[in-house]
Amino acid sequence: MKDKNLIQQPIALRLSSYFFLIFWCIVAAFPIFWISVMSVKLPLDAFNSNPLNVIFGMETLSKGKGLSLIDITVGLSIILFTAKLTTGWLGRMVNKYSPNGYLGFGWIIGAMAFGLSFIIIFFGIMPSVLSLFNDISGPLGNNILGFSTEHYSTVWFEMDFIKNFQNSIMVTTGVVTISLTFGTLAGYGLARSGSNLAFWILIIALIFRALPHSVLVTGYLPFFINSAEILRPIFGESAPTLYGMPWATVAVLVAINQPFTIWMLRSFFQSIPSELDEAARVDGCSHFQAFRRVIMPVMWPGVITTGLFSFLLAYNDFLVTSMLLEAQNTTMVPAIASMFNMETTTTDQVVAVAAAVSIIAPLFFLVMFFQRQIVSGLTAGAVKG
Amino acid sequence: MNQKTFLAFIGPSVLMMVLFIALPLATVLKQSFYVTQPVYQTLEVETCSPTFTGQVCLKEIKTIPIIGDNGKVITQTNFVGFVNYQNVIEFPRAIAAFANKSWSQFMAIDFWKALRFTLSFTLITLPLVLLFGLLIALCINNAAKSIRGPVIFISLLPMIITPVIGALSIRWLFIGDGILTSFLEWWLVRDIAMFAQAWTIELMMMMYRVWHVAPFAAIVFYAGLQTVNQDTVESAIIDGASRWQKLRYVILPHLMPLIVFVTLIHLMDSYRVFEEVVGFSSQAHVISLQWLTYDFLTSDLMGNRSIGRASASSMLTMIGIVLLLIPVLRGVWLDYKGKRL
Repeated sequence: MKDKNLIQQPIALRLSSYFFLIFWCIVAAFPIFWISVMSVKLPLDAFNSNPLNVIFGMETLSKGKGLSLIDITVGLSIILFTAKLTTGWLGRMVNKYSPNGYLGFGWIIGAMAFGLSFIIIFFGIMPSVLSLFNDISGPLGNNILGFSTEHYSTVWFEMDFIKNFQNSIMVTTGVVTISLTFGTLAGYGLARSGSNLAFWILIIALIFRALPHSVLVTGYLPFFINSAEILRPIFGESAPTLYGMPWATVAVLVAINQPFTIWMLRSFFQSIPSELDEAARVDGCSHFQAFRRVIMPVMWPGVITTGLFSFLLAYNDFLVTSMLLEAQNTTMVPAIASMFNMETTTTDQVVAVAAAVSIIAPLFFLVMFFQRQIVSGLTAGAVKG
Repeated sequence: MNQKTFLAFIGPSVLMMVLFIALPLATVLKQSFYVTQPVYQTLEVETCSPTFTGQVCLKEIKTIPIIGDNGKVITQTNFVGFVNYQNVIEFPRAIAAFANKSWSQFMAIDFWKALRFTLSFTLITLPLVLLFGLLIALCINNAAKSIRGPVIFISLLPMIITPVIGALSIRWLFIGDGILTSFLEWWLVRDIAMFAQAWTIELMMMMYRVWHVAPFAAIVFYAGLQTVNQDTVESAIIDGASRWQKLRYVILPHLMPLIVFVTLIHLMDSYRVFEEVVGFSSQAHVISLQWLTYDFLTSDLMGNRSIGRASASSMLTMIGIVLLLIPVLRGVWLDYKGKRL
């Protein structure tokens, strides 16, 4: 006995629910969309108070920098095609070609190769081919949309942003590898132990997770500045000054990240049935052998997800890196802070916008590649409680 | 798993947490009772300037820092007890402000200003995040299957964006005659300057934070909605529950553990509000507790960093978050004990 009227929602409710979703999507995407638009316009357009002028970029267009209808269609279709490939084809290829038990590395290498070939095609080959087409195709080849990449070239080639980029890569790689190595071991141990000690470690980790990062930085900073003198008795004259060393901040970020990592990995390991390692134990494996031979091949989805969140923490960090690194040699996020603080002309502002878009572009692709893993990671910790 | 293997598995991680979290915490506690200062000496300096009629000499008594053999300023560290804490809290000024019943005087003290903002920021954004998260989750759950994926994709963007840049992207929409400011001006027919007074900046910061965190809440709640027991829902409908009653008495109780989880995470994260202050460059109007510590740590023009004061404000910040979390942690503890009994 199902009352049709109660199961079926009234049309007003359905409509307002859809309207709210559309509203939310606009709110969610608009600021990001807008700064990407601003970053390819000349300053006069980018900070124009009329939104249409910003989008079409009249001023930019009048300087002869723009995109034609052909450019836009080809560019958009390449982007859509890439998106389609990333969601389906790439995953199948990685699953097919990565050696057994190394799915994680397969994903990393696959994603890197894919991203690199996209960059080469999109930024290297496409513009020159398209300019050829524009010349021969008459009215369709006329520029209709203002578009200029000069701020990006300022950021990347004149301002040495590549150095900041390298530092970011170094810090994030270090943080992800180290925190995952320690985290998987601990997470597995905690998931398989019901002892009181395990509970207390988890609770203390939760409290550590709540620590404001500035508290830890206050503990590290004096040590980092004076480390050459403090460490001299141990390392002799070669004792390093840790202040300003990108690799030294890795330790701080790993420590900040570790409580979260073990919580998350623990809940992943709990979802792997313990009968699996018990069976291996019956067959004569030690705990470590069982971990290596039975658990490691099936743990990659959880490890990839946790790795993503470690990556985000290290990549997005501002406080630790800006405090412990010298202003000339930081990672990307602190670098941009100094950029917009010294902004004097509108050109500087648009350059800062371009730098900001450069920083978040990899994150955009990250969501595209790993949407499912991110969602499962967010919910895994929560549903288990 | 026996105790020994357990220790072998968790050992490296625990050792690292002790070495890199617990130890620094202990140093912070110690530092908060000490002050490091350059050692000064008083010298009588005679400076003479040649003039036509002879020399004019001035004798001055100057205090200058002693410079050691290696070219660095010699410093000494003294135990000062609670002086650092007093310097941060500034009780006399606070009491004077109370005596005058002057809120603005009270808010002129950095620590109380930061505390006021941090707490109101945390407590105002919390219900908004829960509400918006729940709304978005219900709407996604209500939508056709084919559009859920794209909507979740777009929802994830504000969540994973670098916080400083997220704040900047909102700031660029409003700064000067940014398009949203000019839209508001056109709509309200008046001049608006969003960065001229504290409350508009605070409003933008809170808006940014809700925008940044609501997707997280939404996705957690959406996952919870997938596991609602359909039989219970159906029996509620048969018993004549209205749509609202269904939500209130079936779905919300089912989501309760997740609401607690999101509350816990949000309390932790919004209490350490910091990136907003940087992104909106709001330090002249609005500061947070983390920013206060950060400011103490940043070296001033002379190259001095007030480590002692920073440590004291760190300790106070930490006490704050522990107090804030006690109710939630108590719930977790009772739950754990209940499960074991």
